Amino acid sequence: MANKRYDSAAAALEGLLFDGMTVAVGGFGLCGLPETLIIALRDSGVRNLTVISNNAGVDGWGLGLLLQTRQIARMVSSYVGENKEFERQHLSGEINLEFCPQGTLAERIRAGGAGIPAFYTRTGAGTLVGEGKEERYFGGERFILETALTADLALVKAWRADGKGNLLYRKTARNFNPVVATCSRMTIAEVEEFVPTGAIPADSVHTPSIYVRRMVPASINEKRVEKLVTRAKE
Amino acid sequence: MPWTRHQIAARAAQELQDGWYVNLGIGIPTLVASLLPDGIDITLQSENGMLGLGPYPTPDQVDPDLINAGKETITELPGTSYVSSAESFAMVRGGHMDATILGSLEVAENGDMANWIIPGKMVKGMGGAMDLVSGTRRVIVLMDHCARDGSPKFRSRCSLPLTGLNVVDMLITDLAAFKRTNRQGPFHLMQLAPDVSLDYLRSKSEAHFTW
Repeated sequence: MANKRYDSAAAALEGLLFDGMTVAVGGFGLCGLPETLIIALRDSGVRNLTVISNNAGVDGWGLGLLLQTRQIARMVSSYVGENKEFERQHLSGEINLEFCPQGTLAERIRAGGAGIPAFYTRTGAGTLVGEGKEERYFGGERFILETALTADLALVKAWRADGKGNLLYRKTARNFNPVVATCSRMTIAEVEEFVPTGAIPADSVHTPSIYVRRMVPASINEKRVEKLVTRAKE
Repeated sequence: MPWTRHQIAARAAQELQDGWYVNLGIGIPTLVASLLPDGIDITLQSENGMLGLGPYPTPDQVDPDLINAGKETITELPGTSYVSSAESFAMVRGGHMDATILGSLEVAENGDMANWIIPGKMVKGMGGAMDLVSGTRRVIVLMDHCARDGSPKFRSRCSLPLTGLNVVDMLITDLAAFKRTNRQGPFHLMQLAPDVSLDYLRSKSEAHFTW
């Protein structure tokens, strides 16, 4: 059986990177973020990236690291708050930003992975998001055509993986990871815990191994919390 | 006397029915969860991929893999399920959610709403708001009746870039509650806050409504 495991993120990225490439990255805020792979991508020095990701990280962490080094030329995201460096680059025109409603973004990535070139949605019809897009009425309601997204490279964070590359995610760290895993022919999973093949019940697999080309251990696994909110103990 | 944030949220909570699946936005809408009338049990959805949102964690329950759509730490409940972002928005877009409650900068008399671009400020993005308002069968907006400079936020037409076209079913402000029976009809005044007169309300509203 082909070995998909690599010892390090740098080794897994070897030979895959080129300037101007498109990279899709899983995660929501700082949750379920492929931290190790993002840092390896930064260290590779690859430039002029288009990054598809719901958020842009925060200053100094997540995709914020690639913004600091100005390796990102274009982003497709639904929300980019909490990031002063992004704000500066956006206002100065250094970075190109396409805002995409969160559900439309998830579906565009899903469609890309499923071989569907475009789909109609009500979301954004009659707003700035719908400008310049094909419109059509179904059942008297107004829809806009949104096109699929695919990537040269997809980076996801998994909780567990078996030797074949079947993945499990944990709680809300799942978020965009399952769809991002499907939108590229080169998906690398960063894994918190490797388990023997067969240890993940076949009925429970979140991402089947066909979507996963390479795997690396999550050697950086800080799991930073963006907004810590607690209640008093009863 | 205008309603407080707490009272606005409590008024919204009265609109929810037992068994509903509901998405609550950030700010005042978040308060609704703790103000439900007795016997009303709802399931909260968080669009980052969670159905069955629990309360905030105690300090020893904090789990970085468990956050809500506002990126706050949260807990799960018996019966919670986790889904991908695509599945989460399929629930929304597919019309499976009973209600979404969110804040806004403006609501217009034709049901348009605008809440994602604040003039003169960096645009942070719409997040899931456009999907939620265009996909959910009942959209309830909670907001102050007037902006800080006193200008009305309940308008004849929105002046800011839209989040959704003809999507608002109910509006609850610090001055009054309004409802539409359908998305072709006008907003109808349901209730005034204590000691707020109809004349005062009309003077603070640009929108036309019935009473």
